[in-house]
Amino acid sequence: MVQERALPKFQSSTAKVTREEGLRLYEDMVLGRLFEDKCAEMYYRGKMFGFVHLYNGQEAVSTGVILAMRPGEDYVCSTYRDHVHALSAGVPARNVMAELFGKETGCSKGRGGSMHLFSAERRLLGGYAFIGEGIPVATGAAFQTKYRREVMGDETADQVTAAFFGDGTTNNGQFFECLNMAALWKLPIIFVVENNKWAIGMAHERATSQPEIYQKASVFGMPGVEVDGMDVLAVRAVAQEAVARARAGEGPTLIECLTYRFRGHSLADPDELRSKAEKEAWLARDPIKKFAAYLLEQNLASQQDLKAIEKKIQSVVEDAVQFALESPEPKPEDLYKYVFAEDE
Amino acid sequence: MAETLMFNALREAIDEEMAKDPTVLVMGEDVGHYGGSYKVTKDLYKKYGELRLLDTPIAENSFTGMAIGAAMTGLRPIIEGMNMGFLLLAFNQIANNAGMLRYTSGGNFKIPMVIRGPGGVGRQLGAEHSQRLEAYFQAVPGLKIVACSTPYNAKGLLKSAIRDDNPVLFFEHVLLYNLKENLPEGEYYLPLDKAEVVRKGNDVTILTYSRMRHHVMQAVKTLEKEGIDPEVIDLISLKPLDFETIGASIRKTHKVIVVEECMRTGGIGAEIIASINDRLFDELDAPVIRLSSQDIPTPYNGTLENLTIVQPYQIVEAAKKMVALKV
Repeated sequence: MVQERALPKFQSSTAKVTREEGLRLYEDMVLGRLFEDKCAEMYYRGKMFGFVHLYNGQEAVSTGVILAMRPGEDYVCSTYRDHVHALSAGVPARNVMAELFGKETGCSKGRGGSMHLFSAERRLLGGYAFIGEGIPVATGAAFQTKYRREVMGDETADQVTAAFFGDGTTNNGQFFECLNMAALWKLPIIFVVENNKWAIGMAHERATSQPEIYQKASVFGMPGVEVDGMDVLAVRAVAQEAVARARAGEGPTLIECLTYRFRGHSLADPDELRSKAEKEAWLARDPIKKFAAYLLEQNLASQQDLKAIEKKIQSVVEDAVQFALESPEPKPEDLYKYVFAEDE
Repeated sequence: MAETLMFNALREAIDEEMAKDPTVLVMGEDVGHYGGSYKVTKDLYKKYGELRLLDTPIAENSFTGMAIGAAMTGLRPIIEGMNMGFLLLAFNQIANNAGMLRYTSGGNFKIPMVIRGPGGVGRQLGAEHSQRLEAYFQAVPGLKIVACSTPYNAKGLLKSAIRDDNPVLFFEHVLLYNLKENLPEGEYYLPLDKAEVVRKGNDVTILTYSRMRHHVMQAVKTLEKEGIDPEVIDLISLKPLDFETIGASIRKTHKVIVVEECMRTGGIGAEIIASINDRLFDELDAPVIRLSSQDIPTPYNGTLENLTIVQPYQIVEAAKKMVALKV
């Protein structure tokens, strides 16, 4: 058997937030969690179908990275586990839920589904169902920013692109190819690995010769950072640094967030391989509980503040479900709509 | 009028569109300093700079995906497949993302890009460099597929492909780059979805594309001497097929021969014949004759290679049989 990578002893982040920022981060993580819990419920009630990959446990990564960017201006590129990235990027919960219900009001008009969430308005580039295929697309968006600035003389072109993907993807060629090109051309991109230890049933250590993914940046001359993916402030701090570097034209960063998914790979996964002890150890590091404790401890928020946020988000999620339920199905006569650009 | 070689006609198309629109750029292997393996982008980097003639590492799937990301965010990239066969390595990006992403995104994004380069069977290049990817890609929704065949149509079609808001797979032919033709002065655009009637005739409709157009026209010289009057249609648009032009011809001649360079199984001709059966079965005097490449990896040996692709004499024989209704 391969040796399991020992989890580094992370110091709690020393990063500071204001009360306002702290509550915003907390709210975004709670939205991610409650939205996904509701998805599980709706899936089991037969309201959504297909493969649904939930994000529970990894919220500190989406919130920590995307809220360190300029959502709606900067670009976000996700994977099949994309609901919460879409929410952090500012796609309304209503339109994400409606997409999962296959409705015309969904962010992809019911044509995409859980693994294909898109929003041009919020600059969410997708929603990619195959491993690694979003990374080149994200790299292209980052190239576009550089191109606008340098070829077209657009001074406002300082957008940064974040490409999210999992540990399993880092054994795929597109990961290495794009790290190479992004470093070569100093593209404004951050590569965010959500290392949740498992590629469905393949343990990370069984799939890779070098389990410390952040170290793979070094051969491209790129900064690689390892961060506690259960600590939103720690993630936010490294993301802020990487975003600033990218925006300043100093090139890409690889960020490896050590995290864990609290549910199976998808709702169809029997999740038989992960040990009870492992799951319990990670559940004890729940990023939302951890951050709530921090906010209370630092006197940045009261119990009532946090409860009020949870209540507000509950109603956002309930409203999203109601909206999705009441929304119309796509029209049969529109079956061919959107195959070509002319089909507006 | 200026006599222009095909590769220069393509170069003019790219040059003119790049001069006009700063969002147009070329990406691919050796498109910059080297000028493209068939010199289609020769010296353009000197005029437009290295970001607009982007020499990429040899990473087909990734640079194709990059072009898609750039297209989604407002640029109009042209990808050069150094040899179109290499784009098998980019099949995922072309099929899943160039082809399907606009649909799966519910219209959120457009993907205005051109994927162009040399395809077809050359002279003893071996199997891997002798691909006919148009057949492999024709099932992918959302792609337009175009094959040029002369300097004149190469230039006008490529300019239209660059202006199109959809992903266009644009096939040149490795053996046609040195064709010469007088081109009109100034700019012109040709429609991507229209077939070209190369020769009007009444006896039999010959549907073809790319280099096989020239094999067909060689055969036509012999047929003319024997008093046969074929109508030759260059499909140009392999997807969607121009059934207006195809249908008008079949309603006149009632006899059809398809001459193609792709392999027989699952080829362009297979789709054409199925579509003719769907739409025009009653117009046919005889079953459609299909002349395709053999269903084998293209052999290196010259004799075997010639046996693999359709030769003009076979087109003559088929046309004579068809006109005599001895099929």
